[in-house]
Amino acid sequence: MKKYMTRMGDGYRVELSEEEIWEDIKAGMEDAVSRGGVPELSGEEQQKLFDIITMPGTVVGVEFGKEVVMTSDSGAGKVGHLAGIQIDRIIGAQIHERVCANDSVDLGHIDYTYKAVKAVMHDEAADMQHTVNNTVMPILYGAMTNLGQYTKPDGPCDNWAELLPQGKIKEALAAQEEAVEHAVKDIVYIGDGMYECGADGMNFDTCGASGDADFLAALKAVSILREKHPDMGVEMGMAGEFVLGMHGGLTFDGKRLAGMYPHEQVKVCEAAGATIFGAVVNTNTNESLPWNLARVCTFLKACTDAATIPVHANVGMGVCAIPMTDFPAIDAVSRIDKALVEVAKVDGF
Amino acid sequence: MCGVRNAGDMVLRVQLLKGLKIDAAKEYVAEKLGVSVLDLSDCSVMTELRAKLGIGVMQPLDGMPTNVEAKIRMEKILGFPINSVTRFKERAGLE
Repeated sequence: MKKYMTRMGDGYRVELSEEEIWEDIKAGMEDAVSRGGVPELSGEEQQKLFDIITMPGTVVGVEFGKEVVMTSDSGAGKVGHLAGIQIDRIIGAQIHERVCANDSVDLGHIDYTYKAVKAVMHDEAADMQHTVNNTVMPILYGAMTNLGQYTKPDGPCDNWAELLPQGKIKEALAAQEEAVEHAVKDIVYIGDGMYECGADGMNFDTCGASGDADFLAALKAVSILREKHPDMGVEMGMAGEFVLGMHGGLTFDGKRLAGMYPHEQVKVCEAAGATIFGAVVNTNTNESLPWNLARVCTFLKACTDAATIPVHANVGMGVCAIPMTDFPAIDAVSRIDKALVEVAKVDGF
Repeated sequence: MCGVRNAGDMVLRVQLLKGLKIDAAKEYVAEKLGVSVLDLSDCSVMTELRAKLGIGVMQPLDGMPTNVEAKIRMEKILGFPINSVTRFKERAGLE
């Protein structure tokens, strides 16, 4: 029986038969349908997935004319602090533009948290000014809400992760609500400063990482910034496929945030004023690439159908079917990217 | 779309500013540049066109507009303000 080489969610190679690939495609799709209440992929879309997974060659690509654009998360810093090459972020941005041919890059502080950036905003804004004066492509400023940073002893609020197990529910809810207001103030302060120095937009990274209150803080900040700066670009990228209900009762635009999947998350981001939505679906390391990819495409097809703004799939390691490893294999990455464009209809990465 | 090698930077600008999906963003840029959507991802076409319009290339030769100079030209072609250009002009006393 013919076997096809593919990958597991942890990145290791696995050989699967045609029947096994089809079983995994069906099972991954059904998992998304049952969790998210989203429609199944059509028979034609499932066949397209199978064809992409079993295509010969190490690298596959999208059809002519279906190329998409890319944004990043802490992109400009990666040449320096990840690769260990001794350059600063401004040169990093120029390398991304004129060596790597990226469509955009985001400048971000190494801590990548709005609360940490507040103390060094003037230095960060100066770097932004020098970067936009020395590049052509769009430059965003990226950081995470990281609501947990506002808890004691690092911040002013009681720690809801400690209060909840003690049964202090009201206190835990109040602490989260208080943290939201502190975070919104910080994010808006930084957004104003970056925009005044020439940033093309803000990248709100890993929204909802600390649950629904974390997501609410980002939504409220975006809403305020949109009102103040109608022409500011705003990308909101999620932390996971599902918004955790650490609070449970928080709403935005009349919708409860806890429990939202990507096709629902994108609607509140649109309401807040985002112009790009960064969708996330978690990779299951114990399942195969066909299983993960079918699951992602089912979630994201529903998301792109619901969206009126462009959807950029987050394709870092461990999300949107990309294997959970620091250096995902290009055979896996290129197949996943092709399927996300041609089946899930994403507008970028 | 390979950024300034093709037209990816401009398509992304349209997504960021106007919230247009990929096909609509490409059509917007193609119309402004007077080329087909397929041309936007073709480096043979785009390198020559970008050099001719002075809107930034991968390897700028001496005398070619670069960086904010290229964006000042790009702003006029795309038909919407680019924030960094607006701020640059304010600081330089050009407006």
